[in-house]
Amino acid sequence: MLIYDTRYRSLTIQVVAMIGFMLLAAWLINNTLANLNTLGKPIEFGFFAEPAGYDINQMLVEYNNQDSHLRAAFVGLLNTLLVAFLGCITATIVGVLVGVLRLSNNWLVARIMTVYVEMFRNVPVLLWIVLAMAVLIESLPAPSAFRGDEPEATMKLFDTIAITNRGVYVPEPLFSRSLGNFHLFGNSPLRFDVSLDLIVILAVLIASIFGMRTMSARANRIQESTGVRPKTWHINLGILIVPMVIVLALLGFHLGYPELRGFNFGGGTHLRNSLIALWLALSLYTAAFIAEIVRGGILAISRGQTEAANALGLRPGKTMRLVILPQALRVIIPPLISNYLNLTKNSSLAIAVGYMDITGTLGGITMNQTGRELECVLLLMLVYLVISLLISGVMNWYNNRVKLVER
Amino acid sequence: MSDTHEETIRFVRDSMLPQQEPPASSVGAIGWARANLFSGPVNTVLTIISLAFIAYVLAGVLPWVFQSVWTADSLNECREIMQATWGETHGHACWAVINERWLQLLFGFYPSELYWRPILAFVLLLVAVAPVLFPWAPNKLLWVTAAYPFVMPWLMWGGTIWGPICVAIGFAILFFGAQFLASRIGSLAGLIVAVVAALIWWLFIVGPLSGELGQAMNIGLEPVASRNFGGFMLSILIGVVAIGCSLPIGIVLALGRQSDLLIVKAICVGFIEFIRGVPLITLLFVASTLLNIFMPPGTNFDIILRVMIMVTLFAAAYMAEVIRGGLAALPKGQYEGADSLGLDYWQSQRLIIMPQALKISIPGIVSTFIGVFKDTTLVSIIGLLDPLGLSNSIRSDSAWNGIYWELFAFIAFLFFIFCFSMSRYSMYLERRLKTDHR
Amino acid sequence: MKKSVFLGALTVAGMAAGVASAATVDDVKARGTLNCGVATGVPGFAAPDANGEWQGFDVAVCRAVAAAVLGDPTAVEFVPTTGKTRFTALASGEIDMLARNTTWTFSRDVDLKFTFVGVNYYDGQGFMIPKELGVTSAKELDGATVCIQTGTTTELNLADFFRVNNMSYEPVPIETNAEAQQQYLAGACDVYTTDASGLAATRATFETPADHVILPEIISKEPLGPLVRHGDDEWGDIVRWTLNALIAAEEYGVTSANLSDMASAATDNPEINRLLGTEGNLGEMLGLDADWAVKALGVAGNYGEIFEKNIGESTPIGLARGLNAQWTNGGLLYAPPFR
Repeated sequence: MLIYDTRYRSLTIQVVAMIGFMLLAAWLINNTLANLNTLGKPIEFGFFAEPAGYDINQMLVEYNNQDSHLRAAFVGLLNTLLVAFLGCITATIVGVLVGVLRLSNNWLVARIMTVYVEMFRNVPVLLWIVLAMAVLIESLPAPSAFRGDEPEATMKLFDTIAITNRGVYVPEPLFSRSLGNFHLFGNSPLRFDVSLDLIVILAVLIASIFGMRTMSARANRIQESTGVRPKTWHINLGILIVPMVIVLALLGFHLGYPELRGFNFGGGTHLRNSLIALWLALSLYTAAFIAEIVRGGILAISRGQTEAANALGLRPGKTMRLVILPQALRVIIPPLISNYLNLTKNSSLAIAVGYMDITGTLGGITMNQTGRELECVLLLMLVYLVISLLISGVMNWYNNRVKLVER
Repeated sequence: MSDTHEETIRFVRDSMLPQQEPPASSVGAIGWARANLFSGPVNTVLTIISLAFIAYVLAGVLPWVFQSVWTADSLNECREIMQATWGETHGHACWAVINERWLQLLFGFYPSELYWRPILAFVLLLVAVAPVLFPWAPNKLLWVTAAYPFVMPWLMWGGTIWGPICVAIGFAILFFGAQFLASRIGSLAGLIVAVVAALIWWLFIVGPLSGELGQAMNIGLEPVASRNFGGFMLSILIGVVAIGCSLPIGIVLALGRQSDLLIVKAICVGFIEFIRGVPLITLLFVASTLLNIFMPPGTNFDIILRVMIMVTLFAAAYMAEVIRGGLAALPKGQYEGADSLGLDYWQSQRLIIMPQALKISIPGIVSTFIGVFKDTTLVSIIGLLDPLGLSNSIRSDSAWNGIYWELFAFIAFLFFIFCFSMSRYSMYLERRLKTDHR
Repeated sequence: MKKSVFLGALTVAGMAAGVASAATVDDVKARGTLNCGVATGVPGFAAPDANGEWQGFDVAVCRAVAAAVLGDPTAVEFVPTTGKTRFTALASGEIDMLARNTTWTFSRDVDLKFTFVGVNYYDGQGFMIPKELGVTSAKELDGATVCIQTGTTTELNLADFFRVNNMSYEPVPIETNAEAQQQYLAGACDVYTTDASGLAATRATFETPADHVILPEIISKEPLGPLVRHGDDEWGDIVRWTLNALIAAEEYGVTSANLSDMASAATDNPEINRLLGTEGNLGEMLGLDADWAVKALGVAGNYGEIFEKNIGESTPIGLARGLNAQWTNGGLLYAPPFR
């Protein structure tokens, strides 16, 4: 028999496995087609082109209820990416801070951080999201509280920021001599506008940074040849600020302040409560896990490193920054990646607070209104799969780079 | 003080003075506080800020928790009592809702006269996992572990006892048949014959046989439909079933991922990465809307079973990664030692590799369980009545419409108790395993 | 190790679930229980009480059907469904009928392939707003923040209304009524919009209901009714005529108080006689017992009684009959003749 011949054994097993797998797949597909036939809902994606009919409150690209379902899904996708991006950054900052503070020699601080970590790790994230939303809604003043001659609530920071239970209104950047927008992808559902002002500003910023690096390289050369490092900070500051100020002045930059108009605040940028609650809950929840990772990473560095750094006369802060963290990073990064992935996947719980991410649009209202569960869910899974693979790909690439530098 | 050296040296002390007490400022509470709280200006500021923070939080929470109403029939009655007692309705909890509904939050709609069944199942669960988790537990308890998978469904769902017994007999056929036939017709052929026999037994004989036996000798419990499951019972049940079922699947997937058979490896990696790449909520959407479509026309599982299937697949992918970690942590010498003894692949896996790899993986398995247990709250989004789902239903009762924090505080508290104790256990285990290895 | 948990569960569920076939009524009778899809919780329409008993207006329809078919109003498995899961649950045969505030629309009937057997509540989408904002018409809502419950026709109606009137608004989509209520009360949205019945029910539970007004505009028609799968007309007939029996009984004055008297002997109204099975063979035509309607009515009385008990003016929800009065009283309820 083929199975007893070592030459063919693995091949036989693999062929059998392959046939089994294909039979299973064929069986599932066959069932699906048969069932869909009975239901009278053959697989077709035509409904994506039909008008969605519903509105989305937060959109990074323009959208109205006459746009297609696909466009709505795209808006949702951008919202998912936005909250995942913000969440990952905040979670990292808070996580590193808490992880370091848990090792603080101040007993009380270390204890408070322990309580924070245990509280967040051991209660489901969905509960935290709902609670964060409830806290924001219940504890902040409604816009109506700002009204009247003696309002109960006032705007913060010289009347520039309004913190309400509908969200936070912050001043928005406006350009009176704007260059306009650059329109990408014509009329397709994926179309979006890129602000040319933003591109110009970014270009100037990058040029400034490049100039600063050239300056420090020059300073390094001088230091190496003469032993004296020329003073560069004022030149650097100039390189950074002067071009930026000139460009902003040319574009006619000014801030648009939020003000009470009708039912709501108008003007300014509106950070909605749903976004803030989701962002807050996801980053605090994930930060608790990251804190443990960071703590583990720091503890994994042998004590001799700290002592050696102390012997060199480095202060505790510098020891942490220059000696411990760079080494701990190698231990920290792989689990950090999986936590970023978790955060991105957990952002799908946005429907609990009404944040219109892709689960809320494609997997929520679109699915309800069209009744095309199979198509919507498959597409939804595909989108998340691609996001996950991209994140882990990028992070693995970075991870490998860190490893190479170490060796 | 002695006088022996009086002539040579003017003063010398040749006997020890009794030890002096350390200064009062460096021992006891004060010393501890100086060392740990006020060791420098920065620390002092941090301590003061922390104290202020704690005082602020406690001042808000404590009155709310303790100056509260425990007996009332509705939220409005609660508010009236608060108004009468404290003159305001804010800042006081209305625990009356928990008082009235706590059994529902724990057991869902499980018939109240049958509560002993889930409780017994839970106690048996603890007994069943004890020999795996605690070294001091007697090994005889492993019999409970072996019987538990058959006893638990019977306790929870009820019905005739013959069903679980017949299913268990199928496993006996599989196990002893394989052993018996291995010596007669070779291990592989024996295994295949035993598997086929067991499958025939399960698919064609168990159903009619247990029905017949049930009619002949009606030993059974009152059946409970899974729709009546809810609350924490549902969360724990989904978590336990998912972890229990995902363990064997996870082992197979982990082995497949490690194997050098290209196609098998590709299938396993594809499955694991797919499941790990999508959020659980999309898998639950599959459970709630698509799983019946994937099955042969006319098949109809009930929703709790569908959710269990999808959560099991979800947990299996994570379990596979945990076990892969355990496999990777084993020194290569173990594999080579097994090979040198002349054991074949399955023998070495069964006798050498897996017992060690699984032991190393237990903390990971426990954390996977914690994760799955917490994630069971997501089933409320597809309309199952887990604690969060029930909290919505309770709030739609017009008596409790508008209540909020009390329910969430109670649910969060229970989740915390469960997960915290499990994570403590996992840490204890990690410490123990560490010393074992050194 | 614990693979058999799964197998054990499978066998148990196999017993409970069975296999759906074309004739739903046979399935229901063989199973001995009716699987009825309801909402996870809408005050007055469907919610479990402290004992886990489902109560409400929609629930009463399920119980009446169970009583008519099986003779036992408690032989109902209530399956809580969300806006997302309700249609698939019905299409896949997980539930036999859906009684969950579902609006009868063209696309649901034709495209999603369901049969709406009738209307048990005529509703319409309205707006609720705090009195202090001084708004008297929905046309003044330009720029308002609006709380909506997702998964319904509500969000489409809302988008249409604001587009047609050329106004802007900020939608706040919310999953459950309880959450929406909390946000509205805290002022996180100016307006709460959902079916007018839901608004009234929600307002009734506020600390100070008088501080909130429901605007006069009703921006949509929302006929809510039970529905079944396309293609099983026998079953559809049973549900349709059970609902009609409840409505007709009110019209003819059959109540739970006089039901047993009227059912025991033929009365002088032939319509009542045919309904209650003392004359003719309507039950037989449906494939049920002759006294099917008596059993259905025996659960909680006629439509009017069910209405009064669950959502009527004597309850905290306090809905007036309005459109849901009998046609003889100027409403829209009009049961076809029992003949």
